[in-house]
Amino acid sequence: MKPEESATTGADLLVKALIDEEVEVVFGYPGGAVLPIYDSLFKQNRLRHILVRHEQAAVHAAEGYARSTGKVGVVLVTSGPGATNAVTGLTDALMDSVPIICLTGQVPTHLIGNDAFQEADTTGITRPCTKHNYLVKAVGDLARTVHEAFYVARSGRPGPVVIDLPKDVLMNKHDYTAPKKPVQHKSYRPQVKPELKKVEEAIELIGSAKRPVFYAGGGIVNAGPKASKLLTQFVHMTGYPITNTLMGLGTFPASDKQFLGMLGMHGTYEANLAMYHCDVMINIGARFDDRITGKLTEFSPKSKKIHVDIDPSSINKNVRVDLPIVGDAGHVLEDMIRVWKARQPKVDHKALKAWWAEIDKWRSRNCLAYKQDKETIKPQYALERLYHHIKNRDHYITTEVGQHQMWAAQFLKFEQPNRWMTSGGLGTMGYGFPSAMGVQIAHPDALVIDVAGEASIMMNIQELSTVAQYRLPVKIFILNNQYMGMVRQWQELLHGGRYSESYMESLPDFVKLAEAFGAVGLRCHDPAKLDDTIKQMIDIKKPVVVDVLVDKAENCFPMIPSGAAHYDMLLGPDDRAAKPVSEEGMVLV
Amino acid sequence: MSAPQTTSSHTISVLVDNEPGILARVVGLFSGRGYNIESLTVAETDAKENLSRITIVTAGTPMVIEQIKAQLDRLVPVHKVRDLTVEGPHIERELALVKVKGTGDKRVEALRLADVFRAKVIDAKTDSFVFEVTGTSDKVRTFVGLMEGLGLVELGRTGIVAMSRGGEAL
Repeated sequence: MKPEESATTGADLLVKALIDEEVEVVFGYPGGAVLPIYDSLFKQNRLRHILVRHEQAAVHAAEGYARSTGKVGVVLVTSGPGATNAVTGLTDALMDSVPIICLTGQVPTHLIGNDAFQEADTTGITRPCTKHNYLVKAVGDLARTVHEAFYVARSGRPGPVVIDLPKDVLMNKHDYTAPKKPVQHKSYRPQVKPELKKVEEAIELIGSAKRPVFYAGGGIVNAGPKASKLLTQFVHMTGYPITNTLMGLGTFPASDKQFLGMLGMHGTYEANLAMYHCDVMINIGARFDDRITGKLTEFSPKSKKIHVDIDPSSINKNVRVDLPIVGDAGHVLEDMIRVWKARQPKVDHKALKAWWAEIDKWRSRNCLAYKQDKETIKPQYALERLYHHIKNRDHYITTEVGQHQMWAAQFLKFEQPNRWMTSGGLGTMGYGFPSAMGVQIAHPDALVIDVAGEASIMMNIQELSTVAQYRLPVKIFILNNQYMGMVRQWQELLHGGRYSESYMESLPDFVKLAEAFGAVGLRCHDPAKLDDTIKQMIDIKKPVVVDVLVDKAENCFPMIPSGAAHYDMLLGPDDRAAKPVSEEGMVLV
Repeated sequence: MSAPQTTSSHTISVLVDNEPGILARVVGLFSGRGYNIESLTVAETDAKENLSRITIVTAGTPMVIEQIKAQLDRLVPVHKVRDLTVEGPHIERELALVKVKGTGDKRVEALRLADVFRAKVIDAKTDSFVFEVTGTSDKVRTFVGLMEGLGLVELGRTGIVAMSRGGEAL
C-alpha cells in the first residue's frame, strides 16, 4: 500500500468504481452499516441517489431503470433488514434476467457471525436468488470485485449480483484500481457467438417448414434494440407468423400483420394453436416456461424445435428440442439473416399460404372479444381507451401482477422493446409502481404509466412519498375491481366460487390517498367519462393516481387452465362448464 | 418429444475456484432444484491456482443429468464440468475406515477377510481393529457388509474420487 495521502477509503473507492462503470443513478436507503458510503455520496455530484421508502422498491426501481435503458441498475441498502427486504426484488431480477448490482452493508468483519445488531448472513440468504454474490473481506479487493460484479451482471444471461460490504472495509484505505477492458474473467465466459454449422442447419429447417412459427422472448430484449430490429427483419424475410412471450412483447411490432399476439396461459387463440399445430418452431430467447407450454406431454407434439438461448441450462430443461443453438440472440439473428440471404431457401409458398389461411381462421374467433355496456367499465375497455390516448406519445408501461397485467399484455400494443416492464417469472405484486419510478428517472420526459390492480398497488404504496419528493410524474392507472382478481378468478373456476380472503376489504379512498402524498387523485366509474379522465391524467404534469372502478366479476380470457393443453383453451365464460379442470391440473399453480 | 425416463448414476468432476461459499453454491444448487447427491468429495487440488476439485455422484434421467451439468457450469466460480460416466473409461476410488470390535474366532475371521480385501490394519487393540480399505464403492460396500457380522462398530467413508483413464487431464 502507498502512503496514506494517495489512498482513499473503501467507501470513496466504491463511489469511484461506480462512476467508472458509468453508473448515473443509485436507488437506495441508508442505515448504520452503509453510513460511510452515504458520506461519500454526499461529497460528490456525479452519482445521483434516489431515496426510496422500502428496499424492495429500490430493487424494482433499479429493474425498471435497467429494463427501459439496457443499462445495469444499481441498488444500495444497509445490512440486516435492508438486505432481507431486497430479497424479493433480487429474486424477481433473477427470474426475469435483469442486470442489477445490489450493494449491501454488512457489520464489521470482526463481528461477522456474532449475531451483531442488524447482522444477516446476506451472502447465504442471497446465494440462490442472485446470479452471483460477493463478500468483500479486504479493502484491497473492493475495486476489482465491483468491476467483476458489473461484468457478471451484464454479460451472458444478465442477472442480479450482490456485493456485501462490511463497514470496516468501507472505512479502511487503499489505492484505487480502474477497470480493465476488455474484462477477462478467469472462469465465467458466456458463449455469445453461435456455432455457424448449427445456424446453417437451422436455416435449412426453417426454409423447409410448411407450418412454421417464431416464438420470441425476453432474450431479444436483453440482446439490445438491434436484436429486435434483426428479428423483425428476419421474420419479414421469411413471411412466417410470430408470437411473443410476456417478457418478449415489443421485440416485434404488435401492429404488424405477421404478429399473432402473446402466447401462453392468457395468450391468444391463434398464437397457442399455431404453437400446437406448427411443424417447425423457432424459439429465440424464450425458455419454455410452464405458463407457455401448458401440459408438457401435449406441447407442440408435431414440431421440430429450434431453441436459441444464451444460457445452456435453459436448453432441454422443460422441453426437449431438436436443434439447440447457444449464443446471444442478436448474434444468432445476424448469422441467420446472412445464411438465409446466401442460401435463398425455396420456401413452400403454397403450404405457407394454407398455414396462414388456417391461422386467419383461428384469428377470426376474435378471442379477446368482450362486451362493454353503458353501466360499468370493463377492464379491457379501460385499457383499450388508455392505449388509444397514449399510442402517439412517447410512453412506457409497467404493471403489477394479476388480471390487469394479463389484460395489459393483451390490449396494449408494443411496437418497440424496452417499453414494457412487468414481473414475469416471479410474479411479484408491488413490482409495477417502483419499477415505473425507475423508468421515469431514466426517461424524465416520457409518459410512464403503471397499470395496476387495487390489491397490488397496496404492496408498495409507500412509494407515493418517493414520487412526491422527486416530482416524478408517474401515472398509476388502477383497474379497481375490489378483488384480488386473478385469485378470485381461480377460486371461481377451481374452488366452487368460494372467495376465500380474496375480497379487498377496507380499501383506502385512492383519491384522498394520492392527495395526502401531494399527488393528484382521479376517479372514474362511468364508461362515458373514461376518455376525459384518461386525458386529464395524461395532461397533469404531476404524479396521478387514477382509480378506475371496473366490473368486479370480469374474468381474464382466453385461458388455458393449468395442466391443460393448448387446444383446450377457455375462450369465455360460456366455455368453461364443458371443460372442467382435472385434479392433476389443480395441483399446478 | 418425450425423453427416456430411466435413471442412471453419473460421476461428475467439477473444477472450481477454492473460495468461501463455493461448496454451499454447489450443494444449494442440488437441494434447491431437487437433484440427488449420492456422494460428494471436495478438496483443494491446485494451491498455486487456488483450485478445488469436487467429485459428485448423482442420479437422474438423461435430461436431469444434462440439466445438472449445465447448472453447475453456469455457476460463476466453476471452471470445468466433466461427466466421467459418459466421457470414456474412468476409474473411481473410495476409502473407508472400518472399526471392528470382538475377540476369538470373529476377530481372526475379520483379519483374514481384511487380508483378502487388501485392507490395512491401521489401529489395533486386543479387542478391536481399525481397517483402512480402498477401492470401488462396490468393494468397500462388500467389505463393510462382511464386517457387519464380525463386530462392526463404526464406519467412516470418504465418498468417491474419480478420474479418466489415459494421459488427458481435466
